[in-house]
Amino acid sequence: MDNEKDHIIPYSKFLQVLAILILLTLTSVAATKIYLGALTVFIALIIATIKSTFVTRIFMHLKFESRMFNLMVAGVALLIALVIIVTLSDYLFR
Amino acid sequence: MDLHRDDLASKTGMWLFLLTEMLLFGGLFVVYSTYRYMNSEAFHLAAHELNTFIGTFNTIILLTSSCTIAMSLTALRKNNRQFALLLLGITVILGLVFLLNKYFEWGHHIRAGIYPGSQVLALRGHGDVLFFGLYYFMTGLHALHIIVGLIFIGFVIVFIVRNKVNADDYVLHENSGLYWHLVDLIWIFLFPLFYLIT
Repeated sequence: MDNEKDHIIPYSKFLQVLAILILLTLTSVAATKIYLGALTVFIALIIATIKSTFVTRIFMHLKFESRMFNLMVAGVALLIALVIIVTLSDYLFR
Repeated sequence: MDLHRDDLASKTGMWLFLLTEMLLFGGLFVVYSTYRYMNSEAFHLAAHELNTFIGTFNTIILLTSSCTIAMSLTALRKNNRQFALLLLGITVILGLVFLLNKYFEWGHHIRAGIYPGSQVLALRGHGDVLFFGLYYFMTGLHALHIIVGLIFIGFVIVFIVRNKVNADDYVLHENSGLYWHLVDLIWIFLFPLFYLIT
């Protein structure tokens, strides 16, 4: 536990994550150039979700925090996703 | 004499605040997805007027600034104060560049007569009014968070210089970083939803 608490992430790790994030951003931009219809928005959202996972886990240090922090953040993310899905399905099947 | 200090509680408080921020923007995303579903044609056409290049550029700037502030914490904890301050300085400059781009972007639209309540926009129909209304409100609220984040980081810089924040007591730096990453996190979703609609 103490070991985890004192964990210092090396510079190289952050730079690697930054490279991945920029690559994902460019992928997301390139993907919109291809016509995929309704799939486009899903691909964009999936890439955004992957990016946010990197930001929260590494930049925001969640990977090395206690389970409580992780559960709180995951809970809120899930809540927002559920509210959006429920609202949209209401409009879709009205 | 040791003053009582509880870094974990301080960080927990920051995270709880960030969760409310997520819910605030989450609510706006619900509004966005509903209006986009009801006005998909207008949203697609209106989104073409946003400059994808500037949007991509700003995304990369914000991601980089997130990386520099995260590295700054590592530097501070390794007791490398000068490097920590330099990285925080770079973060502030990147944040200002982001705001400057936003200023040019908004200025471009406002000169074209597209702003909430404008006649030009009203003539273009309901969908366009909703798209640009949400665009101005959500990117505006995000920009406000950038400004708050920059002020927060400014305080951290002063505290590091005065040695109130250092390798032993860095929770304020960590919290400012968390706030800044949240701003980045929100932009990660705003960017594809406004700039990458085809």
